[in-house]
Amino acid sequence: MAAIEMKNIVKKYGDGFPAVNDVSIDVADGEFVILVGPSGCGKSTLLRMIVGLEDITSGDMIIGGDRVNDLAPRDRNLSMVFQNYALYPHLTVYENIAFPLRLAKKSDKEIDEKVREASKTLDLDEHLERKPANLSGGQRQRVAMGRAIVREARAFLFDEPLSNLDAKLRGQMRTEIARLQKKLGITTVYVTHDQTEAMTLGDRVAVMKRGVLQQLASPRELYEQPVNLFVAGFIGSPPMNFLPATVEGDQVTLPFGTFPLPAAKAERTAGKGLLMAGVRPEHFEDVSVLEEGHVDTSRTFEAHIDVREWLGDQQYAYVPYEAEATVQDQLKELAREADSDSLRTQLVVSLDAASTVKEDDDATLFIDTDKMHLFDPSSGDNLTVGL
Amino acid sequence: MTKNLKNNIGTVLGCLLILVWCLLPVVWIISLSFKSQEAVTVGSPGFFPSDGGGAGWSNYTDVLKDDQFFRSIVNSIGISLIATVLSVGLATLAAYAIARLEFVGKRFVLTTALVIAMFPVVSLVGPLFDMWRTFGIYDTWPGLIIPYMSFTLPLAIWTLSAFFREIPWEMEQAAQVDGATSWQAFRKVIVPLAAPGVFTAAILTFFFAWNDFVFGISLTSTEAARPIPAALSFFVGADPFNRPASLLAAGAVVATVPIIILVLFFQRKIVAGLTAGAVKG
Repeated sequence: MAAIEMKNIVKKYGDGFPAVNDVSIDVADGEFVILVGPSGCGKSTLLRMIVGLEDITSGDMIIGGDRVNDLAPRDRNLSMVFQNYALYPHLTVYENIAFPLRLAKKSDKEIDEKVREASKTLDLDEHLERKPANLSGGQRQRVAMGRAIVREARAFLFDEPLSNLDAKLRGQMRTEIARLQKKLGITTVYVTHDQTEAMTLGDRVAVMKRGVLQQLASPRELYEQPVNLFVAGFIGSPPMNFLPATVEGDQVTLPFGTFPLPAAKAERTAGKGLLMAGVRPEHFEDVSVLEEGHVDTSRTFEAHIDVREWLGDQQYAYVPYEAEATVQDQLKELAREADSDSLRTQLVVSLDAASTVKEDDDATLFIDTDKMHLFDPSSGDNLTVGL
Repeated sequence: MTKNLKNNIGTVLGCLLILVWCLLPVVWIISLSFKSQEAVTVGSPGFFPSDGGGAGWSNYTDVLKDDQFFRSIVNSIGISLIATVLSVGLATLAAYAIARLEFVGKRFVLTTALVIAMFPVVSLVGPLFDMWRTFGIYDTWPGLIIPYMSFTLPLAIWTLSAFFREIPWEMEQAAQVDGATSWQAFRKVIVPLAAPGVFTAAILTFFFAWNDFVFGISLTSTEAARPIPAALSFFVGADPFNRPASLLAAGAVVATVPIIILVLFFQRKIVAGLTAGAVKG
């Protein structure tokens, strides 16, 4: 077990394109850190540099106090679970798990003990004599994890380990990985493009975009205090709503009306021209389900509900609005960066399940401007961070 | 229903035709090997030996008792096996490098290999004859092993590099992360996975060496190194003016046996889809 320090890590390929650009992340001993971002953001490259499968162009990779830049993968004593498992098809499950121990020339007795222990942890006892070809996806996944935990590696590395599983199994394995990591207390770096996995598993999450680290924080902080538009849009499902906004005095003007803004936020953003307001879906509510007299009527507006999705515990409603072409372009660009697609400018609002709003009907909605963030549209920076 | 029946009959007929076409010469040689020399000379057109024309196993016992023939079998087995092992061993390493590494001249190596394979064997016999006499390896085992090895290398390299390319990179990377050196990863993971390819290449190489006649007859002069195909052509038996057709037939059958054993043995190793289950399909 060891801490992993990445200092100004850069990876440039032959054409000079920096796949990873000046990334510094400290992973404390026993910590579970997630690298997350859209495809091509350099998260897998960074992981492969930690394990030694990819050369480091510049910067220092320090594991347990030793600089490992020039060490071969086998000398770094890390274990890794690959996206496609990479099991050895000619070996039985037992021998697959025993493989690292056999390479380390352990005695047969010790190998047997450790393999049995790992297989018990992962519930693989009845499959030990089978070949990987005869196993299901989830079982193969567990064998790959068995191979990783069987030796005392200094850290675990996971490269999108769940992306090949179906949705239900993915949920189960996610919990399983979290439990295993807590039980073993081993430093873990986990790469995923799935923000749900990132939020649920990580002690801290590093959000990357195009090789650059955007924000490294706890899941709660990422969600509540995103430092820029990209992080705000990438984290959360459904994503944060972005609306064109202007702040005058302590009033913010959105496409739906003008609402009062908390003084601290207004102070930082007043008179800065056109800004981008970010409001999470759950910071809207149907006024009809709120207690009468508790509703701040200055923060309500009439909206036309286009489509409604009832999920049982909550419901999503979609409210289309018109925006200027420049704003639309920027929203499209944001969506593209986060690997998604926005076809039209619309609000997604999350309403209480008891709300009886109808499709293609008008409703009065409440907007919680206390929780609103305001972003500089050109730099993308969050102007209200920490408030 | 009738269409199905017709199809089945067609399939059976087609198979029979192909079997007869391929196996008739083989069966005829076997038939010949059981006839006595006299019966063949007189003329024995039937498939089964005529009355009194049967020789039983005597042709076979005669052939196996013949010292020259026995020596040539030993030569053939030895030379072919050594050439196969060397060729496949070298080809495995070369093919791995070609499939996995980026180096200058990679295409050059591959095309050169192809050119060698295209070269007519006969045109090299003359120069080799002169060179081997100068080097003093004429009529020795190495004198045959070297050309066999060089002429089978290209095919082996091409076959094996195709197999290596099919093996996912991650297998090797996983092995390296698990603590293997490059060599251990190659030996413990890549070679077992490429085993079907290795055996395919081995069979092809062995066939080439075993069946070669041109080198066998021109680069040897005594039974010190003469392989079976060449030996059969020198096989004269007791009467030099009367070629012993039935003995030759028995010799040919005996010469085929090792090949059949080899194929049956290796065929079990060529299991298609050995890599199934390594990665998510």
